[in-house]
Amino acid sequence: MPILEFRNVDKIYNKMTQALTDVSFTVDEGEFVTIIGPSGSGKSTILRCINRLVDATKGEIVFDGHNINRADKKEIRQIRKKTGMIFQHYNLVDRLSVIENVLHGRLGHKSTISGVAGHYSEREKENAFIILEKLGLTEQAYKRCDELSGGQKQRVGIARSIMQEPRLILCDEPIASLDPSSSKIIMDHLSNINQTMGITCILNLHQVDVATKYSKRIIGLTQGRIVYDGPTEDLAKETIYEIYQSSEGELITDVG
Amino acid sequence: MLDETMKKAPRPQNQTSVFVKRKRTFTIVFVSVFALFTVSAVVTNYDVIKGFESIPQSIVWIAKNFVPNAQAWEKLPKILEKLIETALLSIAVTVCAAVCAFFFSLLGTRTTKVNPWISRLVRIVAAFFRNVPDVVWAILLLFSFGQNILTGFFALFFATFGMLTRTFIETIDEVSSSCVEALHATGATPLQTVFQGIIPSSVPEIISWVMYMIETNIRSSTLIGILTATGIGALFDLYYKRMDYSAASLVVILTVILVIVIEIISNQIRKVIM
Repeated sequence: MPILEFRNVDKIYNKMTQALTDVSFTVDEGEFVTIIGPSGSGKSTILRCINRLVDATKGEIVFDGHNINRADKKEIRQIRKKTGMIFQHYNLVDRLSVIENVLHGRLGHKSTISGVAGHYSEREKENAFIILEKLGLTEQAYKRCDELSGGQKQRVGIARSIMQEPRLILCDEPIASLDPSSSKIIMDHLSNINQTMGITCILNLHQVDVATKYSKRIIGLTQGRIVYDGPTEDLAKETIYEIYQSSEGELITDVG
Repeated sequence: MLDETMKKAPRPQNQTSVFVKRKRTFTIVFVSVFALFTVSAVVTNYDVIKGFESIPQSIVWIAKNFVPNAQAWEKLPKILEKLIETALLSIAVTVCAAVCAFFFSLLGTRTTKVNPWISRLVRIVAAFFRNVPDVVWAILLLFSFGQNILTGFFALFFATFGMLTRTFIETIDEVSSSCVEALHATGATPLQTVFQGIIPSSVPEIISWVMYMIETNIRSSTLIGILTATGIGALFDLYYKRMDYSAASLVVILTVILVIVIEIISNQIRKVIM
């Protein structure tokens, strides 16, 4: 059953810059999909259209039966509750503790007043600690986020999104600022969440090798158009060159 | 590396060299500053040599007259009372203006604005309040409130409000745009985002600016007090017009001490919260 469907979506920024052109694809529940493509090809725009951080200009986006483009403020909040998001720069509140940042994932489920006051139930706190344990962050729970390393911060970001109990997690370049070993930890966690909890994941990645290793399906984006959408095994070398608009020997993956 | 037999390395063609450009800029700036000085000195009949010559004279005069004597020290309790009044007023004004400015600035930031037009309006209003000097506010408000402590309060309030709104807009945009995006993405309401994201991440900068404005306001309230006949400014004005220079100097010295003490305290607070 498709959880997400893009139908002929266009996005034009400031009536000038064409970011997406006629983008159509569907994602089934429980899939782990990676979008690859050069910088500025519209990968982030696709993710941000899904939770309406960005409004699509044309076309329809259907998430879990709701038409996202026509959603009003209240519906947008419902949609965002069900979609977690992970960012390249983690986007945590650095001056707050790890546990508080994790609990921010509950804000969408709370009344404005109790969210403003930062009042969380014992069950929510217990859940937060369970998630932190799974991600190996129990010792860091009361530390301020600016004391953490990049890899730890990204794990807090993951914990925050799981705390939402989402149907879908959007990962915008989750490992672009991390070293290879932290990157592996993050990718393993994401893949694990997808398999054990059945949460659908859509990722943007720059690393083609990581993408082919972790996901069964790949979407290739060039200048706002989908040029490849299919199983990872069928992704030919030529297609990768086409996606990055380069020829053999010009990509970092060609080295070695 | 650099031996003379070596071939010259290529440099960009058909472009002015950066070194020539720098030299040109420096010459232009120097010449224009000198020209500005000369023109304004001629227009205002300012004699440079005479100006410098009068410095020793004025120092002697100050040393003779502006020294607190025994009589002046007798007025110490009264001066201190007014000084404390002025300091408390400045703190009260700044805190009130800061609270108002914070919520007002939320409408003006890129990250939390309701719509671009309101944001523009907020910035214009803030610029207006900021660019009218507090002394001018005091003179304008004298018509409606008379020589009253309220006049000084509102004059400082308006100027502080304008200044803080602008700085808060910049601070919030700089500090919290990334976490605001993340909190929006979790489905948090705007008010939750403000209290869970913006306030925690910008509180040190905000306190730092409020401290700075308290210092500034103690200084300006002295001046405004002269106009509104309240606080330490009025006392200074009184002694000065009576030609009781030694008492007036005690007022000045104590005000300077107060400002320095406040500055030291706020530096300590900044160190702790940063």
